[in-house]
Amino acid sequence: MELQAVVMAAGGGSRMMDLTYSIPKPLLPIGNKPLIWYPLSLLERVGFEEVIVITTKEAQKEVQKLLLTETKLKPDIVCVQEDADMGTADALRHIQQKIKTDVLVVSCDLITDAALHEVVDLFRVHNATLSMLMSKAHEFTETVPGQKGKKKAGEQRDFVGVDDSGKRLLFMANEADLDEDLVIRKSIMRRHPRMHIKTGLVDAHLYCLKRSVIDFLAENKSISSIRGELVPCLVRKQFSKFSSLQKNKEEPNQNMKKKDNHIASADDDLLELALNRSCWNDHRGDMCGAYHGGKLRCYVHIMEEGMCYRVNTLAAYIEANRLASKLFEEPAIHPSAVISERSVVGSDSIIGTYCQIAEKASVKRSTIGASTTIKEKAKITNSIIMNGVTIEEGCNIQGSVICSHATICRGADIKYCLVGNSQRVEAEGDQRLP
Amino acid sequence: MNIKTGKQSNMLGSTRYTAFRPAKAELDRISLPAAILNSGHGTSFQSGSNAGCGTEEPCAVWVVAKGRSFIQLPVRASAGESLAFFAFSNMAAAAEAKELNDNSGAQDETDSKKNEILRARNDGMELSKEEKQRLRKEKKQQKKNKKDDKGQPDNGMGKKDKKPLTAPSAQVTTQVQQPVVTQKALSASPVSEAPAPVDRPAKSKAELRAERRARQEADRASKQAKKGESAAQPSVGKTKAPPNELQPVVKRLPEHIQADDPEVVKKLAKKLEKQQIPVRLDYGYKVSLFSHLHQYSRKAPLTQQMSIPSTVIHPSIVRLGLQYSQGIVAGSNARSIALLHAFKQVIRDYSTPPNEELSRDLVNKLKPYISFLNQCRPLSASMGNAIKFIKKEISNIPSQCKEEEAKSRLQASIDNYIEVKINLAAEAITKFAIEKISNDDVILVYGCSSLVNHILCDAFKKERKFRVVVVDSRPRLEGREALRRLVKMGIHCTYVLISAVSYILPEVSKVFLGAHALLANGYVMSRVGTSQIALVAKAYNVPVLVCCETYKFCERVQTDSFVSNELDDPDELTVTRNGRTQLKHWQSFHMLGLLNLVYDVTPPDFVDLVITELGMIPCTSVPVVLRVKNVDQ
Repeated sequence: MELQAVVMAAGGGSRMMDLTYSIPKPLLPIGNKPLIWYPLSLLERVGFEEVIVITTKEAQKEVQKLLLTETKLKPDIVCVQEDADMGTADALRHIQQKIKTDVLVVSCDLITDAALHEVVDLFRVHNATLSMLMSKAHEFTETVPGQKGKKKAGEQRDFVGVDDSGKRLLFMANEADLDEDLVIRKSIMRRHPRMHIKTGLVDAHLYCLKRSVIDFLAENKSISSIRGELVPCLVRKQFSKFSSLQKNKEEPNQNMKKKDNHIASADDDLLELALNRSCWNDHRGDMCGAYHGGKLRCYVHIMEEGMCYRVNTLAAYIEANRLASKLFEEPAIHPSAVISERSVVGSDSIIGTYCQIAEKASVKRSTIGASTTIKEKAKITNSIIMNGVTIEEGCNIQGSVICSHATICRGADIKYCLVGNSQRVEAEGDQRLP
Repeated sequence: MNIKTGKQSNMLGSTRYTAFRPAKAELDRISLPAAILNSGHGTSFQSGSNAGCGTEEPCAVWVVAKGRSFIQLPVRASAGESLAFFAFSNMAAAAEAKELNDNSGAQDETDSKKNEILRARNDGMELSKEEKQRLRKEKKQQKKNKKDDKGQPDNGMGKKDKKPLTAPSAQVTTQVQQPVVTQKALSASPVSEAPAPVDRPAKSKAELRAERRARQEADRASKQAKKGESAAQPSVGKTKAPPNELQPVVKRLPEHIQADDPEVVKKLAKKLEKQQIPVRLDYGYKVSLFSHLHQYSRKAPLTQQMSIPSTVIHPSIVRLGLQYSQGIVAGSNARSIALLHAFKQVIRDYSTPPNEELSRDLVNKLKPYISFLNQCRPLSASMGNAIKFIKKEISNIPSQCKEEEAKSRLQASIDNYIEVKINLAAEAITKFAIEKISNDDVILVYGCSSLVNHILCDAFKKERKFRVVVVDSRPRLEGREALRRLVKMGIHCTYVLISAVSYILPEVSKVFLGAHALLANGYVMSRVGTSQIALVAKAYNVPVLVCCETYKFCERVQTDSFVSNELDDPDELTVTRNGRTQLKHWQSFHMLGLLNLVYDVTPPDFVDLVITELGMIPCTSVPVVLRVKNVDQ
């Protein structure tokens, strides 16, 4: 085994509480597939046979069912308590015993068609400690229900520094952590006088981590999140004084030092000899050898094109729904759906199982979940209708998200709204942007 | 068109696009197009020696380097050969070459035959006695032919001036048929398919190939017949053909020089499929003269087609393959060490399946790994030797040996190999080489050879006072790394590009070169450009010393850089400056092909000494070393 896959699916979806209030985030339907299906199918596509899924008690059964029915992966589901406030790094620490090799950590909200081998190859070739996937941030063009005007998502920008090749990850900081100015340590500038600092990148939350990092986590209990703490920590440590002088990875912990040495050595003397004989160098312009003698290396693959979404906000959720149909090759309209011949269903719509669409109804650019009933003359554009929703005659729904088991009574006119779970919108109601 | 050992290593990447083709007029003087001269890069032409064939006529080529100094280089053209010039990398030129080919008509048939022999010769196997004889006979025949036709058109002109392109068809006929006749006399089997229709002006490659195959088949048949005979009359081992009866021996061509043969390629693909190894995707357009070689590229890594937790191939082999193809592990020594390291890990993780024997199963397990590595980058001679060694070590393990013991034994022997053949050999070579470095020497090195670097650093530590000139060339600019290492030691260095080599040579007192491999005929295979340096050094009477461990000695015979070489990523030749890449879309120009050759061969005439761990020997002693090594093993 070269890599073990870990899918992190225990998050609560705190940035889209409206949606995840009633349904766990991994099971949120996107294109009539649960969200977690996307990373799982990605893993399956590139050849993984086993996967460890970390999820909550709530979602466990559903996820298990999904893994058995929809994929051929051999699942290993680990439950964590949701309210324990466990971060991703905590979760990884939690399954330390199960991890035998290097790991590929994927978040459950990643929807991408990225060539995963690019990330893994960086990891392999440079014997990296960390390699990750990033993508250009997307502008969400759709109007988000429940938000007035085009409000920018409140997410803070990341500053990502890479070297000339665009692969080596040198610097990473979040706007939130910065005071007034961006401070770059001298030790970085000394080794990499040319650094490209990029903004407008999204972290796909896909990481290849060395086995030794898991041990490092076990030692340093204070780290609770991969993205927030572990990754910046590893990136920083590339240039910490200690690592270059004594060829140790970690400075604070004496035990750690030993451990890392242990992991880094063994056959590595020979490999080092080979690299010493090799006439390759990763940089030029100074007198240092390849990698500046550093043992800890972080790499990033930045996707230039292709799609890569993290479904963690409402806007992303809507966007992902629109594009999800491109990722799988199933008929957009499920064969079990009953669609009247006199209705209009656009080709860019997805209709789930056992739907009923009555005469003269029209569905355009929308996703209709399972067992939804749409009655006569209802008009649905640009919307996401989840499972078991009843839309009565003559409704007009535009740009909205209707959660499961809601009922929209006759003649309601809903524009850019978010209708919660099992809500009932009264007849002749006129709901506009609240 | 007959290509003997035409060797031209262009100095800078940019010159690689330069085409030079002599005018069709008489070649009493070679005139270089002004464009080439103006480009400021040195260009030289050289037709390598052709052992024991024909009288050698000197002619001269002016080499202009950087417009500073003019030197005259001897260029030898053997009388038996038509003096052929090459236009490199340029599609247009290649097309013209083809045109010439057409003109020369069926002459290329003899050439194809000869090429075949040459190829067979280069095949990594020694010439058999029979073949040598056949070759000799053929050459004699050709000489005779040449003599014959010299009478007709050779009025006043030197024969080197004569264009080979307008060879009279009568001569061609005799030439063509000669070998066939000889063959007929030799082999009992019918060779009716072999003689080619002379009336056809040019033969397509496919036809030539078909013919070759037919001949091979015939030979095989005759061999089989012979075998039957020998079986009838009990004889000792292989029947040695009587001296006057020449038995045509056809050696199998290795697949790596037959990329233009769809059948061979198909066979390779099949083999890889069986081993569950992805096949490297074809990349771009190949310069026509090199269509028989595989084109490698960095754009489409093999891992694209593999599952990510690699199940078929050991992870360390996948890593190694990627490192090879991306050039992170480069250089003969580094590649061998890394290979042995990876094998050690494979052995560590290996466990014999039930009902299998370790010595057999492990060798079989390594086979797909080796083909995977070969798909990433062609194996180097040193790696070939290392693989041979490992296979032998594995097969030497007795069957009653316990698995753990066998594994530790193998690991120990690998460690031993690295220690003895690489590390200690380097020490020994350094010891010998330091004797050759005296105070106030100016030593020229080319590219980045780990061994030469080691020698220079050690010599510096021993307080020899010398200065180093590092010569470098595009596209890899490996010399920069050599420069860095030397300067870091505190050695006084000068850095020039290869185009300035003739300018810098007057101040140089010794040339130290590393080697990729030493071939059985004494030729030195090394980074492209090495032969150029050796040539210019020879012209300046500067001694050329090649440093090479004996584990890089190779039984192959090669006299030119065309037959077997490596084509590296053509995209490396494009230059990006200020964010703009010239020739970014070179693939869209149909008239342009990029050629990124990796190696060239240097004839032994240009090498004064080879320093090995066995001592300082001349190039010509390579077969002796090889023989002794074989006895040792």
